[in-house]
Amino acid sequence: MHPKDKPASPKRRELLSGIARTACGVGLFGLGLGLYSRQASSLPAWALRPPGAVPEADFNGACIRCGLCVRDCPFDMLHLARLGDEIPTGTPYFIARQAGCEMCEDIPCVAACPTNALSHDLTDIDEADMGLAVVVDQENCIAFRGLRCEVCFNICPIRGKAITLSMQRNERSGKHARFIPVVHSQACTGCGKCEEACILEEAAIKVLPRHLAQGKLGAHYRLGWEQKQQAGGALVTPDAEHRYNLPEGMRYDHGGEGLIEEAVPFSDNPMDTLNRKGPL
Amino acid sequence: MISDRPPGKTATSEQGWLKAHKWLLLRRASQVGILALFLAGPVAGVWIATGNLSASMTLDVLPLTDPLLLAQSALSGAWPVQSAVIGAVLVLVFYALVGGRVFCSWVCPVNMVTDLADWGRRRLHVRKTTRLSRNLRYWLLGLVLLFPLATGVLAWEYVNPVSLTHRGLLFGGLAGAAWALGVLGAVFLYDLLIARRGWCGHLCPVGAFYGLIGAKAPVRVAAAGRARCDDCMDCFEVCPEPQVIKPALKGAAQGHGPVIRDINCTNCGRCIDVCSKDVFGFGIGSGLGSGSGSGSGRNAQARRTSAPAVPIGTPGDSPRPTRSGPLPAGRP
Repeated sequence: MHPKDKPASPKRRELLSGIARTACGVGLFGLGLGLYSRQASSLPAWALRPPGAVPEADFNGACIRCGLCVRDCPFDMLHLARLGDEIPTGTPYFIARQAGCEMCEDIPCVAACPTNALSHDLTDIDEADMGLAVVVDQENCIAFRGLRCEVCFNICPIRGKAITLSMQRNERSGKHARFIPVVHSQACTGCGKCEEACILEEAAIKVLPRHLAQGKLGAHYRLGWEQKQQAGGALVTPDAEHRYNLPEGMRYDHGGEGLIEEAVPFSDNPMDTLNRKGPL
Repeated sequence: MISDRPPGKTATSEQGWLKAHKWLLLRRASQVGILALFLAGPVAGVWIATGNLSASMTLDVLPLTDPLLLAQSALSGAWPVQSAVIGAVLVLVFYALVGGRVFCSWVCPVNMVTDLADWGRRRLHVRKTTRLSRNLRYWLLGLVLLFPLATGVLAWEYVNPVSLTHRGLLFGGLAGAAWALGVLGAVFLYDLLIARRGWCGHLCPVGAFYGLIGAKAPVRVAAAGRARCDDCMDCFEVCPEPQVIKPALKGAAQGHGPVIRDINCTNCGRCIDVCSKDVFGFGIGSGLGSGSGSGSGRNAQARRTSAPAVPIGTPGDSPRPTRSGPLPAGRP
């Protein structure tokens, strides 16, 4: 062997190559685990988090999968995801259609959480945001067919606020009203009682994660009527009374079917018109 | 080096089965008992300990939290709740005193399975094993802590057999239990066929973490009677971390004291059980080396002779508690 090729210190070389080998193996394992954990961290839309849950991206780091929230739920509607479920393993969830959140006033699940994965800042259950109810199927919801139901409206724990009934004309019969459930996103906590109670075989009202259920208006939008109400008047230019520049003796009235000639605008003598002063 | 004679056979025949399995039985009672405290709720409706080994609440007053998991959660950016911090501190203090890896041998349910695998290896004469570095666990521990920091996800919890098993048994009914058994089965086969003591002794970052916690623990196993060692190798054969024994047992010439100081000693006490010469015993703090733990009848004597370190000619000389029967011939 050429002296140059000889390792300066065989022991050191062995040590370094050993470390490199281990680091490589551990790195590969870490890469695999990292990729798997990314996939395994996605929560399906039909699984809802308990009240107070921090946003999903943070939840998978904060939750230590102890199940104390599940144990402290007096209604047994929370579950811990089992290995092999489509839900991140060991994390708590509930399925609204099976059993919605009963919205306990003392929020025992949040009180039990050791890590703020269920944020202890949530003290009023009405402020919870587990999702947002949406009347997803307006073809099968029997209220839209003109039948009386209102089960979702009546079961809602914050009845009359999160879901209201909008009376609309029944076009089919021509003489009846339809009592249409309307969800108000600011009040709805996503507890899922409406979905649980929906009388259809497949619920027409479903609780979805808010980011899937709710649209968002561009931040640059200014709704003129709201701006005006806030400011107490128009902000751009003062309102000028509208005027039609019509010939004398004529006016415009939509209800009276457009242009109305009140008097003959021109005299019989054309010279009068030609010598007239002022605007035409 | 390894004989076909099952380790502990001499101890059993000379000192009786019970004496030769004392710590093993206590340990199994502890492991099964702790599991039972958790299982009593979901199975029988008797709620003693709720939650699982990640975080639990016992009788509504005692919070206990896995400090490694709480650290991961905190590294991901979550602010722990006060009770969880108290729980983690209690756990840290407890294992810092009794030995970190006491968790492994006295609490963790996976240990029963890896012990079974090792027993299976002896019974089936499985000698082949993949050589792994026992330091691999520290690499994995680093990885476990790096994940929440870098990705904000507790990635380890997706594959951690310790928590998967315990959670599976307690939550999710029969299907959950089936999954738990599946995970345990995988660990069992790995330990049985691929690497001897592969999981608990080489890879598990949870054990590595607890080992570090208990690095300075006062409760230790000591080979106080190492002068009596007859090189039967039973302790090495039965020990989940055999490398920890050597300095204490055979290192007198190199100036090693008789106390097993290695952080990976799990304080399982199996070496105490299988030794027919009563070489080993548990000891506490400065009393270490006196071998005070292997029989309450000897404590008085042990205290009197509690000069540390040097091989003491000892506890074995004192009258043995009567349960072990007549003294075998050939003993000092």
